[in-house]
Amino acid sequence: MTQMAISLSRLANEEFVAPGRSGCPGCPAVMGARLAMKVLGKDTIMVNATGCMVANYGYCGAPLFPFIHSLFENAGALASGVESGLRALGKPDVNVVVYAGDGGTVDIGLQALSGAVERGHRLVYICYDNEGYMNTGVQRSGSTPPWASTTTMPEGRRDWQKGSIYAARKDMVRIMAAHDIPYAATASVGYPQDYVRKVEKAANADGPAYIHLLTPCIVGWGFPEAMGPKLARLAVDTLAFPLYEVEDGHRYRITVRPSRPKPVAEYLGLQSRFRQLGDDDGIIEIIEKQLKRRWAHLQDLAALAGPGKEPGE
Amino acid sequence: MHPWSASRPLSAWLPGGYCRSRRGAHRVFRPVIDDDRCSKCSMCWVYCPEGIITRGERYTIDYDYCKGCGVCAEECPRSAITMIREE
Amino acid sequence: MPRSYLTGCQAVAEGARLAAVQVVAAYPITPQTAIVETLASAVARGELDAQMVPVESEHSAMSVCIGAAMVGARAFTASSSQGLILMHECLFMASGLRLPIVMAVANRALASPVTIFADHQDSLATRDACWLQLYAETCQEVLDYILIAYRTAYHPEVMLPVMVCLDGFFLSHISEPVSVPDQAAARDYLADARPAYPMLDVDDPRCFNVMAFPDYFSEFQRDRFESMRKAALVLDAAFQEFEASFGRSHARVEGYRTSDAQFILVGMGSLMGTVKQVVDDHRREGHLVGAVRITAFRPFPESEVAGLCRNATAVGVLDRDVSPGSGGILFAEVSKCLYGSAPGPRLVSFVLGLGGRDVTEETVTRCLEQLLTPAAQVLGGAVHWPDANTATLRKWGLGDADGDKS
Repeated sequence: MTQMAISLSRLANEEFVAPGRSGCPGCPAVMGARLAMKVLGKDTIMVNATGCMVANYGYCGAPLFPFIHSLFENAGALASGVESGLRALGKPDVNVVVYAGDGGTVDIGLQALSGAVERGHRLVYICYDNEGYMNTGVQRSGSTPPWASTTTMPEGRRDWQKGSIYAARKDMVRIMAAHDIPYAATASVGYPQDYVRKVEKAANADGPAYIHLLTPCIVGWGFPEAMGPKLARLAVDTLAFPLYEVEDGHRYRITVRPSRPKPVAEYLGLQSRFRQLGDDDGIIEIIEKQLKRRWAHLQDLAALAGPGKEPGE
Repeated sequence: MHPWSASRPLSAWLPGGYCRSRRGAHRVFRPVIDDDRCSKCSMCWVYCPEGIITRGERYTIDYDYCKGCGVCAEECPRSAITMIREE
Repeated sequence: MPRSYLTGCQAVAEGARLAAVQVVAAYPITPQTAIVETLASAVARGELDAQMVPVESEHSAMSVCIGAAMVGARAFTASSSQGLILMHECLFMASGLRLPIVMAVANRALASPVTIFADHQDSLATRDACWLQLYAETCQEVLDYILIAYRTAYHPEVMLPVMVCLDGFFLSHISEPVSVPDQAAARDYLADARPAYPMLDVDDPRCFNVMAFPDYFSEFQRDRFESMRKAALVLDAAFQEFEASFGRSHARVEGYRTSDAQFILVGMGSLMGTVKQVVDDHRREGHLVGAVRITAFRPFPESEVAGLCRNATAVGVLDRDVSPGSGGILFAEVSKCLYGSAPGPRLVSFVLGLGGRDVTEETVTRCLEQLLTPAAQVLGGAVHWPDANTATLRKWGLGDADGDKS
């Protein structure tokens, strides 16, 4: 903890968002935007796809950096235009960051994002993943865990393949890594030190960089508003959301290794969206098994990158 | 005052600008820092979604804008922050 | 001024090169593709210093233009048909953010069924997106309009995007002699074409495209509405300046032999060359006929059209488009201008030239003859389809060229 505090204390004291945003108290998505801006600094243009951040910054918010709310599906393309325009005007030193939700990223915005990173624009794309369409009232997205209850799938998705290790949701980091971009990573607001380090790496990448940030949603997941960071930490500690990074599309590296993974029931039990699973121990067991297989697979991928590639070495 | 913190009016000609509003009035619980227990570790500052905790000799909270979410109290490793019900 | 043989697509590309566009984003679609190919090779040869962004869709093409224009770069794109419709959502964003983007539209019909050939359905479907729309008759106009479009789009009284429309294949792929202005003169003409204020600027940070609640939204719309109205005068000034600089005269609306005309055909685009030919032929036979060509469909030249047509006996509107459930789109616009003028001309609606069907002298003659027919013998309210294949209509049980009279 001490070590984390020391490193985080390097972050700018300056706030890049004036207080007085609208949006929910305790919102973890806002924590992610705030910390990213502290790393990127004020010479940054933010493009924000339609979603909760429009409710946070776009109703009565006060970003103190250039900010544009794009359409739902074109944040990647609009940011490409910003980057190309800056290049044309000879202003390459301005950071371009997209901060978009999972709906605007893994579903409707996937094509524009894929095009942007394939073309190689120099931008940092941060997807704040709250695992559903939370701003419109908790509908399921391609990033919703199949066993979660949403307003459009109250019973969750029961057709998920029990043999699948990726649990029938889009694995955006693998999708981005498959574009061979310099940097792609998962992150969690529960591990801010890991996150800010990744934002810094992404900003320094020579090309497009992608960070998939887990930001629990108080409303959509159903937990008390003080618990966002704790949930985000538990997701990592129970292997429900592993933290890793992929360089140049193939060098996998696990960045946070829970020494002894906690039982996933501890994570699921704190959220009302999993209440419909009931006391079916069978399902919890299957989920647990799935997560462990995925973790093993990740370790295999990291091992391929070779020893000496571990963090801290 | 921050140079940019003056509110810009929404202009019909320029669809830019921003506004801000004081949200503190809606708060149900108020976080109170116990300076004796506070080790100035930054964790409340890191997690505060409003960015209204100021680090320094003493850590202070801007109650005009604090929504009382309680994340600071929950994350404080030394339990130096208590949530007290507003009158 | 050197003359070259240029296709409509090449003329667009020359216009964009002369306008020194800085970001070009486009997605391939026939018949627009040659525009971007020409620009890409100009960039590759070092004749144009621009960022080419080969996007993965037209939706993204317009989004890239929006992003580039938001930081103050001069953005250009071109599209057609399905591509234009795919970017529909972004068109409203571009005009709402008051961005001076210029787009060439190589007009092409909309599926289904599939076609790659010309009509005006695509750009007219975007009628209410608050883009200025200019329709060219010749390749020379295509080039000139691109420069005029940028000059107008950046004008502080306007600050709206502009479409320059050219009929697919009829203009896009036909070579004509075109005078190409020199770079310095074009630069001078566009000297004032700069963003009126910084938008996404780290030295003056602001938020854009945020929520406008009911207490503001209507005024934003009114603001665009008024700017579009003012755009008419700004366009007139841009045309005048253009003539002073380059010696060619253009206008929002062109009256052809209308001073004493009793029978007038109104239309847009390349078919007007044929119409003028037929007007000449009928004049030789002693008929008092004339033509009105709409160049600026948005802002629509209402008073000018009314002035040209008010005293005619009959006005026929040639629509290379159709609004099912209503009739010709241009017809509705022209009717509105003439509403209330007493006694006012008899108005006749013609829908023709759809999906690339050639508008021949014979077709136009048929329209004129319809106009010349005494009013008593004409069915009111019908939409005429003067180039209809009557055999097919009959086989399909769809009435005849003058509507379904069953």
